[in-house]
Amino acid sequence: MRSIFEQSRAGRRGVAFPRLELPAEAWEVAVLPEGLRRAAPAELPEVAEVDVVRHFTRLSRLNFGVDVGTYPLGSCTMKYNPKFSEDLARLPGFAGLHPLLPQLRRGGLLAQGALQVLHDMDLLLCAITGMAAFTMQPLAGAHGELTGIMLMAAYHRDRGNAKSVVLVPDSAHGTNPASAAIAGYKVVPVPSRQGVMHPDDLKPLLNQSVAGMMMTNPNTLGLFEPHVKTIADLVHGVDGLMYYDGANLNAILGQVKPADLGFDIVHLNLHKTFGTPHGGGGPGSGPVGVVEKLVDFLPVSRVGRRADGTLFLDYDQPKSIGYIAPFYGNFGVILKAYAYILALGGPGLKRVAEHAVLNANYLRVRLSARWPLAVDTPCMHEVVLSAAESAQRHGVSALDVAKALIDFGFHPPTVYFPLIVKEALMVEPTETESKENLDELVAAMERIADLTESDPESLHAAPRTTPVGRLNEVEAARKPDLSYRGACFG
Amino acid sequence: MDFIPHTDQDRAEMLAAMGLESMEELFAAIPPELRARSWELPPPLGEMQVTERLTRLAAMNAHGLTCFLGAGFYDHFIPAAVDAVIRRGEFYTAYTPYQAEMSQGTLQAIYEYQSCVCRLTGLDAANASLYDGGTALFEAAMMAVRKSGRQRLVVCSSVNPIYRVMLRSYTANLNLELVEEDLSDPARAAEFIDERCAGLILQNPDFFGRVRDHGGCFAQARAAGALSVLACNPLALALVKTPAEMGADVAVGEGQSLGLPLSFGGPYLGYMAVREPLLRAMPGRLVGRAQDAQGRQGYCLTLQTREQHIRREKATSNICTNQALCAVAALVYLSLLGKQGLIELAEINLAKAAYARSRLTAIPGVSLVDEGPWFNEFRIALPIDARLAASRLIDRGIAAGFPLGRYYYDQPNHLLVAVTEKRTRHEIGLLAEALQAVLEEYPLS
Ligand SMILES: Cc1ncc(COP(=O)(O)O)c(C=O)c1O
Repeated sequence: MRSIFEQSRAGRRGVAFPRLELPAEAWEVAVLPEGLRRAAPAELPEVAEVDVVRHFTRLSRLNFGVDVGTYPLGSCTMKYNPKFSEDLARLPGFAGLHPLLPQLRRGGLLAQGALQVLHDMDLLLCAITGMAAFTMQPLAGAHGELTGIMLMAAYHRDRGNAKSVVLVPDSAHGTNPASAAIAGYKVVPVPSRQGVMHPDDLKPLLNQSVAGMMMTNPNTLGLFEPHVKTIADLVHGVDGLMYYDGANLNAILGQVKPADLGFDIVHLNLHKTFGTPHGGGGPGSGPVGVVEKLVDFLPVSRVGRRADGTLFLDYDQPKSIGYIAPFYGNFGVILKAYAYILALGGPGLKRVAEHAVLNANYLRVRLSARWPLAVDTPCMHEVVLSAAESAQRHGVSALDVAKALIDFGFHPPTVYFPLIVKEALMVEPTETESKENLDELVAAMERIADLTESDPESLHAAPRTTPVGRLNEVEAARKPDLSYRGACFG
Repeated sequence: MDFIPHTDQDRAEMLAAMGLESMEELFAAIPPELRARSWELPPPLGEMQVTERLTRLAAMNAHGLTCFLGAGFYDHFIPAAVDAVIRRGEFYTAYTPYQAEMSQGTLQAIYEYQSCVCRLTGLDAANASLYDGGTALFEAAMMAVRKSGRQRLVVCSSVNPIYRVMLRSYTANLNLELVEEDLSDPARAAEFIDERCAGLILQNPDFFGRVRDHGGCFAQARAAGALSVLACNPLALALVKTPAEMGADVAVGEGQSLGLPLSFGGPYLGYMAVREPLLRAMPGRLVGRAQDAQGRQGYCLTLQTREQHIRREKATSNICTNQALCAVAALVYLSLLGKQGLIELAEINLAKAAYARSRLTAIPGVSLVDEGPWFNEFRIALPIDARLAASRLIDRGIAAGFPLGRYYYDQPNHLLVAVTEKRTRHEIGLLAEALQAVLEEYPLS
C-alpha cells in the first residue's frame, strides 16, 4: 500500500493549532537563534485528517487480531481482550494524571484513586501467587525478568555471596538467558528429558557460584514440571534463588501458587494472563513479586498505607535495587488488568485455567491423530506438535503449515519454539475460544495434513489469500531498507 | 463475567472426546501436595459494577488541576483521530507481527514510524520500540559499552535525574563506572572525555529546559573514540538542530509528547535512532521493506539475529514485548500534525513558555535561573522553598511546576515550569497572580 509519505501534498493540513491570544512580543521572542535551529524542516507527511484516518483504516484491514479470529499463538496467550477496560483506562481521572503529582508535597492525596489501583493490584497478585509483595513497575515480561535478576544480585550482594551463574532450562524463552546476561550473569543451560527437567541433570551443574535458576511452569512445552519442588530445594541448598517466569500462569490460576512450589521471585505478564491487549507488540506489563526475604530489595517507590488509611509513595528503602522504570509501571495496562481481575473474581480466574487446559487438551487429542506430539502426554494450556515427520517425508515444514493455516483464516501457532522440538508448532487456544472455533481449527489442520501427502507443492505456495506472499527475509536483511527515503510528494 | 464461551454441553462433549469425566482430571499432572490450599480472591463482578468502581477511583484523582508540571512528561493536546486509529481491534488485539503476510498493517505503520523518527532526528535508522525514555537511555549506554569495549559512561547532570537514577540502578551489578558531572561547559567536559570513555550522554533540551548546541562536546567524544548519545524531546526537534547535526551517534528519548496521554506514568514510548554503522548493534524490533516471489512490495521484521529469540544470551537486548501501539499512536499524531503543524505546535509551546516567563519574572522576588534559549520549560528561583510554594498553589487548583529540590539538593527554591499549547493566556495569568499572592504571604526575612 502507498505510504503516508507518498500521499503527502505540500500545504495540506490535518489538525491546526491557531496562534491565538498571546501578546505580539511573546511571538517575537519565541524564535530560536540561528545556530540552534535545524537546517531544514523534518519532512513529515502533509495530509488531511481524512487521509490519515483512511490510510490507517486501510492498514488495519491488512492486519489480523484476536478481534478478527482465532489466534492460537503458543506462549503468547492471545485471549479475547474485553472492551470495557479500554474505556476505563481512558477516563480523564486516570489518563490525564501527571505521574509527578504524588511527588509534590502532600501530592499523594491528589492521586489516591490511582494509588488504590496499584495497592489493590499488589494484594491481588499476592493472593494469586502466594508471594509477599509485588512491584508493579516492570514494563513487560522481559523487563520483569531483568528486574528479578537484579533482585537476585542485590540479595547475594547483601549476603556477601559471590555468585556468577544463572541456570536456565534449554526449553526456556529467549528472554530468560538474555535477561540474565544483561544483568551481568553467565548463563548455563539445563537439559530437559521428555520435555521436563530432572533433578539428576541439575545436580552436576549446582555449586556455590549458582545465583539462581529461571523456570517457566508449566514450561514452554505446555508441561507441568513435576520435579519442581525437588529442584527448588536443590537450588536453595546452594543459597540460590528460584525465579518463576509467569508467562504461563494462566494454566494454573487457582490450582497452584508459585510460592508453594518454592519460587522466590515471579514475574507475571498482565498482557497474557490478565487479558490486556498485545497492541501489535506492546505495551505490556510485567509485575514482579517476591517472598518475604526479598521485599526490602524491591524497586522504589512502593505504595504504602498510613495509619489514617491514606495511601502514599514510599521512597525510603535503603536496600532497594533503585529505579527500574520512571514511575509506577505501565499504569494504563495495570488498570485494564485490574478491571479484568475484578470482573472475573476468584471463581472466574479458576475457570480461566480450567478452560484453557480443557481447550488445549481437546486440541491435543483431536490433532494428535494427524500431527505427532512433541511429547505424548496430557498437556496444560498449550500443546506442542512437531512437523518433523512431514518435513522429512514430504518437505512440508512447520513454516509451510503455518502459512497454509493463514489461508484457512487462522493465525498460525508459534513455530520453531521451543528450540528443543524439531519443527515445532506450539498451539495455545486460550479459554476464550469456543468448541466450534477449535473444531474448525482441527478441520483446517486435518485438511493441511491431507495436502501434505497429496499436494505438498500447494503448501509451499501458501499463503495465497493475503496482500503479499512470503517475503524474502534474507534479502531484506542483506540490504536493509528501514525508512522511507523518498521525498514527500507534492 | 469471565468471557468464556463454553456451555455445559460443550464441556461434556470435550471431556468425553478425551475420555475424561471431570474438569478436575485435567490437572492430574500436578502432584497433589503442590496444589493451592487457599484461593482468597474477591467474588466476580459485572461490567457495570467494575465500571462504577473504577469511575469512582478515577474521580478521586486531581486531574482537573491546571498543569504546569512537566519535567520530561507533558500535558499536550491529543487529536481525537489518534485514539480512533489505535482503538481499531485489528491493531490493538494483534501480537508482534511475526507472520508478516497477515500483519502488513502493523508492519507498514512501524516502518512509517521509523521513517518519521529518522526524519525528526536526522539519523539513519530507528527501532520500534523501547519501553520509555529511561530504558532507551540505558540501552544506548550499553551499546556504547559494547561498541567501545570500555567501562566508563559520562553523563551530564542536566540529563533527567530520573533517567540517571535508572542508569545507576541498571549498572549496579555490571562493573561499569558512571561519571555524572555538569558538562554544560565544553571545556569542563573535556576533563572527562578520554580513551577510557565508552559514551558521552547529554540531553537537549536539558532537564532545565535549556536548548544548547552540543556539537563541541560530541566532537571531543568522537575524537576520543566514545559514542555520542543525545536524549531529546521529539517535539522540540521540530525546531531544534537535530542530533545528527550536532554530531550525535545515537538519539533516544521519551516519545510521550507525541500523542500519548500522561496516564500516571505509562504506557509511554522509548524511541532510538542511530547512525548506519551502529545498525546491527541496536536493540529492539526493526521493520524493513521486502518483496515476495511475485515482486510485490511488503514489510517484515528484519535483522532479527540481534534479538533474544534468536541469539538468547548473546542478544543486543532482552526486549521482546515493547510499546508498538504507542509507536503507532505517535505516527498517527505526526501524520495529523504534519511537517508544518509540528513546527507551529512547537512554536506555540515556545511562545507560551516565553510569555509565562515574562509574567512570572515580573513578580517581585522571582528570577530566572538560566540564560536562554529554552523550549517549553524553564526554571525560576523563588524567595521561598519551592516545595512549599508548589503545595500552596495546588490548594488554588494549579500544579505550578516541579520543585527541583527533590533531585537537586542545592536547588531548594528552584521551580521547573512547563508550558504547553494547552495552557491559555488566562491560565498563565492565573498562575502568575496565584504565585504572587502566595509569596506575599511569606514576607522576605
Ligand atoms: C515463556 C515466556 N517468557 C517470557 C516472555 C517475555 O515476555 P514479554 O514479551 O512481555 O517481554 C515471553 C513472551 O513471549 C514468553 O512466552
